[in-house]
Amino acid sequence: MLHRRAFVILGTLTLVLAACTQARPAGTASPTQAGAEQPRAGGTLVFVVNAESGTFDGHRETTFALLHPIAPHYSTLYKWDPNDLTKVLPDVAAAMPEISADKLTWTIKLRTDVKFHDGTALTSEDIVATYNKIIFPPASVISARQGAYAAVDSIEAPNPSTVVFKLKYATGSFQANLASPWNFIYSAAKLKQDIKWYEKNVMGTGPFVYVSNVKGSEWVAKKNPDYYGKDKNGVKLPYLDGYKGLIITDATAEVNAIRSKQAMIEFRGFTPQQRDTLSSALGTSLAIQEGPWVCVNYIVPNIKNPKFADVRVRQALNLAIDRSTGGEQLAKQTIVKDVGGLMRPKGPFAMSDADLQKLQGFSRDGKAAKEQAKKLLADAGASTLSFKFLNRNIDTPYTPVAVFLIDQWRQVGITATHEQKDTAAYTADRNSGNFEVVLDFNCDFLDEPDLQLAKFYSATKLGRGLNYAGFDDADLDRMIDAQSRETDPEKRKKLVWDIEKYAMETKAYQYPVLWWYRIVPYLNVVRGWKIGSNHYYNQQLETVWLAAS
Amino acid sequence: MRRYVFGRLLLMIPTLVGVAILTFVIMRAIPGDIVALRYAGSSVPQDVLDQERRLLGLDKPIWTQFADWMSAAARLDFGTSLWTNGSVIEEIKIRIGLSIELAIIATILAIAIAVPLGVIAAVRQDTWVDYVIRVFSIAGLAMPSFWIGILMILALIVTIRWAPPVTFTPFLVDPLANLAQLVLPAVAVGYRYSAVALRMTRSSVLEVLREDYVRTARAKGVRESLVVMRHALRNSLLPVVTVISLEFAFLIGGLVVTEQVFNLNGLGKLLVDAVAHRDYPLIQALVLLLASIFVFVNFLVDMLYVVLDPRIRYS
Repeated sequence: MLHRRAFVILGTLTLVLAACTQARPAGTASPTQAGAEQPRAGGTLVFVVNAESGTFDGHRETTFALLHPIAPHYSTLYKWDPNDLTKVLPDVAAAMPEISADKLTWTIKLRTDVKFHDGTALTSEDIVATYNKIIFPPASVISARQGAYAAVDSIEAPNPSTVVFKLKYATGSFQANLASPWNFIYSAAKLKQDIKWYEKNVMGTGPFVYVSNVKGSEWVAKKNPDYYGKDKNGVKLPYLDGYKGLIITDATAEVNAIRSKQAMIEFRGFTPQQRDTLSSALGTSLAIQEGPWVCVNYIVPNIKNPKFADVRVRQALNLAIDRSTGGEQLAKQTIVKDVGGLMRPKGPFAMSDADLQKLQGFSRDGKAAKEQAKKLLADAGASTLSFKFLNRNIDTPYTPVAVFLIDQWRQVGITATHEQKDTAAYTADRNSGNFEVVLDFNCDFLDEPDLQLAKFYSATKLGRGLNYAGFDDADLDRMIDAQSRETDPEKRKKLVWDIEKYAMETKAYQYPVLWWYRIVPYLNVVRGWKIGSNHYYNQQLETVWLAAS
Repeated sequence: MRRYVFGRLLLMIPTLVGVAILTFVIMRAIPGDIVALRYAGSSVPQDVLDQERRLLGLDKPIWTQFADWMSAAARLDFGTSLWTNGSVIEEIKIRIGLSIELAIIATILAIAIAVPLGVIAAVRQDTWVDYVIRVFSIAGLAMPSFWIGILMILALIVTIRWAPPVTFTPFLVDPLANLAQLVLPAVAVGYRYSAVALRMTRSSVLEVLREDYVRTARAKGVRESLVVMRHALRNSLLPVVTVISLEFAFLIGGLVVTEQVFNLNGLGKLLVDAVAHRDYPLIQALVLLLASIFVFVNFLVDMLYVVLDPRIRYS
């Protein structure tokens, strides 16, 4: 009797708990709704950053954890329009560049009202010193994006308000790369004093001035009263009095910080479950923005391993994956969703769905593709293929994506053993080729073939340290170079699509699983921020404001 | 006695050198390095990675790296963090205050719970009071402190829409804000800690209560409260003090998950981050610091034995 009563009580408790935790469908608040409102000055934005950068130098680091707290201190030459993240706008440049007929000389006029936070005026010398540090760093300085500017021959400053970039060859990606959110404009005087000064110090021309920082805890900034930016009504930016970035690395603590309203937003993104938890708890106090993300996981077979030397085996690995079904299912539990090729689906360089579905592994007929995969494996004498599948020991999205893949491969007779390692050990194995198949990942600040195709250059040439599959292919190198030098956008797209077909199908070197999907739930007092296709740009926060709560 | 103390202090040196060597070797044996990790998801060419390894001195032979580190450490120079480029001492200084304060609050809580309840459970052995206390202590042992922490935070958010502050305020700046952040984690940790100490107190007091001198005291007509407090408790404190002291030393660097749940910027979180980043100088300094705390606390406990039990003499 007691047993039965206990069972009833336990059951009731379970039901009550389930009712309390059940997520109701997330409501979404469009940022355009806020567009009609009059921005309100004042207030302190409090946001979460779920990682911490090593140094403060944007030219050296590659993590969003640097950009979110530090980008608002800096300007760049050009930037992405916070209201339309597909357009490039001048930042400290006074106008868009004047490009010579041969497309080899780019002349950029600078604003004359830009001041560093120490009161000194910005001149072309600062731009030259900054870009020299990025493109032609001395041996003692690390520049993570040096390779993106291989076309640049020299940078000159003919007068204090003009900068001239001379290129060795015309390239389709140079304009976008001038708007890289990493290319903080530094003071030439500070760089001359110590070229590594910016690794430990902060001093830019951006909308916010550095106040303090406690490592592992918080980053505090206040409004720059001398900021040059104005909104469309001529009101001086930024609107906020300041901001505080809270460093919270635990996922539960992040959600709790927003749920308890100690923080207003985390700009990188949450999982669908975290969104639903917040939505359920905060109701109409929560707004949500979601959208496609320029991040993707790749399946990378080690070409040097005899198991994967036969192209048919690699094609079978790709064909076995029913991406459209996987996208629907995985989107419910993790941050992947869209099916795409090497370029982000629905992005400016994406293939049409119809064309993509003609490629191996992207068909909507998963059953037929699996039959084809089985036949290829049988033809290659690899019907009972088995391998270790190297992955990071991070849940989102690596574990569910890998579990999905292992199940897909199992359905064609392949046995993949999941081998999860911490990021440092994983990276060591991946980079040294100590794996059979690895689940790789890539995130970029832009839909740009030069960035997304960098992993496809020959492993012993430009792809050294990036092409983990380990292949060398001179034809593919030439194809990638050709698209990079093509300045006609339509022609360039076609070249990119040829590369996708060649690399993913003909040679089946490596292929994406599903593209990531960004979900940013936040307190609806935050206005003037728009989600973009990546978590790197649009973080200067000059247009962000806080509505009355 | 003086000779013994001096000998014990001297013995700490080889212990700590052994810890340093072990940490150094184990960290190098684990695959992965900070450079590959820093640029893990980006298109940074191999040349840049090689250049960074050279700049950080990671391309030097291991024995050279060890000799450099040991000679600097002997001068109490623990170098700079490979991840932040900042001084290792500075990184530790930022976090150690919080860790020590949390350990102290948790210890006070644990003692306040464990000693009286342990004594009551022993005195009322096999009564309902003893059973309740034993259930309470077993529950404390069974539930991980981070899980208790998560439950407490959720309960507070759901019921009163409040959660402990996520940023640290030093006690001297704002005592209320400081305690608002630290009391909950101290309760979560202190409960488990008290469970360990409570069970030790109970069994130790039980053992002493069966001693001849306790029977003699009772036969002489000494009041029961005096028998328990003066004769039983004091003589049962040695194992209790040992357990409490070792737990205290553990708390300073061992609250890894609890620190994450409460977003506490303490030494445990720093150590985990340092290991994840393969930040060798920081890991080596932290392990050495935590080992020193353990060794020193152990030494203090041994000294305390003399105070607690006059029969103990070191020569």
